[in-house]
Amino acid sequence: MNLLDRLEFCQQAITRHRFRSAMLMLSVVIGICAVIILTSLGEGARQYVLDEFRQLGSNVLIVLPGRKETSGGLPSFHGESARDLTLADAEALERLSGVIKTAPLIAGLTEWSFESRHRESFTIGTSQVFFRIRQLNVQRGIPLPSIEVGEAQAVCVLGSKLKQELFGAQPALGEWVRAAGTRYRVIGILEDKGQAMGMDMSDAVLIPVASSQKLFNQEGLFRVFVEARPGSDIEDLKRRIEHLMRDRHQGDLDVTVITQDSIMGAFNKIFDILTYALMAIASISLLVSGILIMNVTLISISQRTEEIGLLKALGASRREIRLIFVTEALLITLVAALVGLVMAYVLLAAGRYQWPQIPFQAPLWAVWSALAVAVVSATLFSWLPASKASRLDPVSALTQTQARK
Amino acid sequence: MIVLQNISRIFQVGDQQVYGLNDINLTINKGEYVSVMGASGSGKSTLLNILGLLDTPSLGHYHLLNHDTTRVSEPERDRLRREHIGFVFQSYHLVPRLTARENIELPLVLAGAPRAQRKAACDALLERLSLTDRAGHLPNQLSGGQRQRVAIARALITQPQLLLADEPTGNLDSHSGSEVITLLEALHQEGITLLVVTHDKSLGDRAERHLEMLDGRIVVDTRRSRRAASLA
Ligand SMILES: Nc1ncnc2c1ncn2[C@@H]1O[C@H](COP(=O)(O)OP(=O)(O)O)[C@@H](O)[C@H]1O
Ligand SMILES: [Mg+2]
Repeated sequence: MNLLDRLEFCQQAITRHRFRSAMLMLSVVIGICAVIILTSLGEGARQYVLDEFRQLGSNVLIVLPGRKETSGGLPSFHGESARDLTLADAEALERLSGVIKTAPLIAGLTEWSFESRHRESFTIGTSQVFFRIRQLNVQRGIPLPSIEVGEAQAVCVLGSKLKQELFGAQPALGEWVRAAGTRYRVIGILEDKGQAMGMDMSDAVLIPVASSQKLFNQEGLFRVFVEARPGSDIEDLKRRIEHLMRDRHQGDLDVTVITQDSIMGAFNKIFDILTYALMAIASISLLVSGILIMNVTLISISQRTEEIGLLKALGASRREIRLIFVTEALLITLVAALVGLVMAYVLLAAGRYQWPQIPFQAPLWAVWSALAVAVVSATLFSWLPASKASRLDPVSALTQTQARK
Repeated sequence: MIVLQNISRIFQVGDQQVYGLNDINLTINKGEYVSVMGASGSGKSTLLNILGLLDTPSLGHYHLLNHDTTRVSEPERDRLRREHIGFVFQSYHLVPRLTARENIELPLVLAGAPRAQRKAACDALLERLSLTDRAGHLPNQLSGGQRQRVAIARALITQPQLLLADEPTGNLDSHSGSEVITLLEALHQEGITLLVVTHDKSLGDRAERHLEMLDGRIVVDTRRSRRAASLA
């Protein structure tokens, strides 16, 4: 039998046994889809988180109060009640060489109201520098005023969604909104930018840091963003920041300094594990579809015992019989794999449409290995029943079906 | 053309040995027309399967066209079967998903013959067996007689020298049956060696040579002159 005829023969067997072929294709399609979708979820989540941190910029360091990692040595004597990170600390950090600016940050939930409308909102006390570091822009008005960090001012910048909720279509600039009995004048509206580092800024209110200290009745900062001069040695700066903070806090290193690299490294590790776990689940589903291929091939062969006996009676060799069944399985698997691929990509596109902020993307290695596993398992799992079929003795294959009739 | 020497076919049924064929010696010359009769279970099918290389004897030697088929390799036996033997079964054994034409072409497809040659050979046979207008039909769209004619066309397409028919009329009404027999006899007239297993004495008597089987042995082997046969 030449190749073209064999392909045609198998194609006929596939297209003229619709139900059986559909079952087989379904299992492969599901297997392939599972691999691609699951790995895309892992990759999408990873990219999402990494992009978030990338927005931070590689020249930004974050100083948090408290020691987040055990660095050997004894636990801090102060325990949980570590010393506050203060505005003075932020100013001192700004004087370090290699540092352009620092932005202090205090955050909390507050109820904001305008006329009769109330909204519980994420409130951030910070300075103008924060806008630059986090690449926040106003669509209307101005960002927070450039005033001394210690100076309070009753002004605020609203996130775009919050503005809609409080004011509707009405202009908000120049209006007064209230929080905890204090009035703040709206001086700016944020650009509609969606999420940033897990904070939905469209829902947030930004006020000067000194005002937020009063609002929350709290001195300690939530964190300090340090903007380094581009091209400076970040690791060295990190050590100098730690050194300075230890000096300022009576020899205790009670802050944590985070760099983009360290966060991304940590998250990368987590997401690698996540992706591998998803891949393992997906592989199992491929293996299951391999076993389904084997079962369907076995059923196909037992339903076609008569045909196999006949083919042998007509002079087909063992090798030929085996080739026919393996070709059939491969053909159907390839078609199903392509269908699965297309389907997975359509689903991913739908996912990206639905959740534009998450970059669902099938990693290329996952696509290739899904195809490879599908093809290998189709070959392997059809080889066994095909070999079995090729060993059938033509007389009993033919009479067995006669007896059944 | 065919020489069987001390052929036995022993089936193992549980711990018992059943002789399907018991020490058969038989010579069939090129161009002979042989009918085989005998009670059910007497070994007719077993004999035909061995002659058709579908089955191998447990003992003895089988020479086909000067090849000792009991000694050659399996691929060689596949080749001999493909090139020299046509088989017609009682229950047709057509592939249900293939059309009449595709069923008829199947042996040539398996042999790797080029498309044009297949089509020409198939067209000629369809014409000859008056199946041309049935070429695109599936087996379940054909009558029994038509199915058996398709099966015969399939057996003939490789232009075999030996045609083996195991109760070819067993599933047919007498009209279709005699059509099939007339067809087989016409093929014999053209020089093919023909072996027909049948239960029907009137059909069996039409052959030039008549074998009678009992318990795996050939108990009657009679020849008639060509003239007598043609009178029947
Ligand atoms: N595959 C088999 N296994 C066991 N016994 C068999 C097998 N095939 C045939 N036989 C036995 O061999 C004998 C001859 O069978 P068969 O050639 O089919 O008879 P016929 O075609 O004349 O009716 C019978 O006794 C049958 O039971
Ligand atoms: Mg029989």
